[in-house]
Amino acid sequence: MSALTFTLKQPTDQRIDMSPLVCQKLQGMDVDAISAIELQNGKSRRRVDELFYITGMNTQEIIIAYSNNKLDFIGKELDGGSISVQGDAGAYLGMQMKSGTINVSGDTGLYAACEMKNGLLQIDGDAGDFLGGALPGNKQGMKGGTVLVKGNVGQRAGDHMRRGQILIEGNAGDYCGSRMLAGTIAVMGTTGRYLGYAMRRGTLLLWNQPQLSATFNDCGSHTLAFLPILFASFKSLNSRFSDNNAAFNRVQRYGGDMAETGRGEVLVRI
Amino acid sequence: MIINGVTIDKTFAEAFPMKATRAIITAQNEKWAMISAQAMTGFATSVIACGCEAGIERVLSPNETPDGRPGVAIMIYAMGGKGLAKQLETRAGQCVLTSPTSALFAGIEGGKPIPLGKNLRYFGDGFQIAKKIGGKRYWRVPVMDGEFLTEATTGMIDAVGGGNFLVLAESQPQALAACEAAIEEMRKIPNVIMPFPGGVVRSGSKVGSKYASLGASTNDAFCPTLKGVTKTDLSPEIESVMEIVIDGLSKEDIDKAMRVGIQAVCDLGAANGIKRISAGNYGGKLGPFHFHLQEIMA
Repeated sequence: MSALTFTLKQPTDQRIDMSPLVCQKLQGMDVDAISAIELQNGKSRRRVDELFYITGMNTQEIIIAYSNNKLDFIGKELDGGSISVQGDAGAYLGMQMKSGTINVSGDTGLYAACEMKNGLLQIDGDAGDFLGGALPGNKQGMKGGTVLVKGNVGQRAGDHMRRGQILIEGNAGDYCGSRMLAGTIAVMGTTGRYLGYAMRRGTLLLWNQPQLSATFNDCGSHTLAFLPILFASFKSLNSRFSDNNAAFNRVQRYGGDMAETGRGEVLVRI
Repeated sequence: MIINGVTIDKTFAEAFPMKATRAIITAQNEKWAMISAQAMTGFATSVIACGCEAGIERVLSPNETPDGRPGVAIMIYAMGGKGLAKQLETRAGQCVLTSPTSALFAGIEGGKPIPLGKNLRYFGDGFQIAKKIGGKRYWRVPVMDGEFLTEATTGMIDAVGGGNFLVLAESQPQALAACEAAIEEMRKIPNVIMPFPGGVVRSGSKVGSKYASLGASTNDAFCPTLKGVTKTDLSPEIESVMEIVIDGLSKEDIDKAMRVGIQAVCDLGAANGIKRISAGNYGGKLGPFHFHLQEIMA
């Protein structure tokens, strides 16, 4: 059975709420029923078949073709199955995702993986601000799972992050790991200003020396036993993180944010 | 049945259900992993007074351990889950957490999770760090030599304890040499431990005692110095009896271990003073697992 494919007929002026088109909601539905689902498109509601050509039948393997940055909430609360986005994705990609996989070949907008609970989200391009963050007003961001970004990420990656791991092959913007509660963010590229601002716990694992705030204190250089286990867990990823040469276990450890509880850490490869 | 001049008694070893777990201890090198493992499995020969039975299962090469360092697999057996959990935690805290460069990991996937480092983390006094990696939770506890890394839980499963056989020889050195040969072979079998010192016990017990406060006492029927004063099970030429006790994750595991162990003893044969192989049982009333020697060696 071929993948259920939604091919965007033409770019829309208004944003489209894609949240109804997730594997668990489409399970057991035929093409007619799927076609009749109404999506919010700006102020209006439009049938799926007005916006997309629909092919294939496998509701547990969804492809969104010719996607662009107006398609919001792709994979919202996804609970099993896979979604492959060919092109860019809008805001709130994989929001509150519970399990399964999402793969985006292009870039994503704001709040990708926000409040994600589990699963694997891979972004081959760049990600916008608040990757893995919490919705405004909420206290906890990403709570589990793995986010892999092959490009760069915007500001506030991992804001209020509670658990899980965000792996960034490129650079991270300002305030990476801000207000972090726990979890791991690994950045192979560079990081911006105010790294780990107000983080309480959690680990920022860096390949390059960051510009640290005065509220992070040097704890010295160490060989940490958990790092080989962490890197071994990356082996199944299609990423530079799975490369044997990427692994290390010797780091410079900085504790902070001392303006908060100071139980977080920045580990920099040495 | 006679193998190489050694009589295999038509009897059976009687074993009983236990709860078991396995843990993996790693360290900077095999020497320190073994030191930690020996400490953790010390004073754990018999549930009669130790609270558990524990032993080293085998040495692990770096590519067999979670953190890629040399390691040792140990197993602990107890009569109940609560007792096992308490023994595991106490021993891990006093013998592995304290041991230089050590790390501690689960050795059984599945089963009922019981705390391994889950509560040891409080030693970190708030500085401990949790890491969930690949679906498993680890704790990083800051200690004076760096960090103690431990998995939060390990698995507890149903197991079998008390498999045994007796080696009856013409002299004490010959009995010990036969038992040493048996243990060397039995240690190659996975999923079993022989919890007594060096794997061998010279003070096999019977249930009960003339003293009301004791639940077990010397197995006088197999004591060579009592041949003339008790209802003995020994012929005149037997001067020494030693026992090997086996705990295993399943009856089949104990079967295998007994087979290779008895075979190693029989390989020495009557020419080396080994006369009989027997086993300890309680008439079939104590445990549901019966290991019939002649069936095992058939």
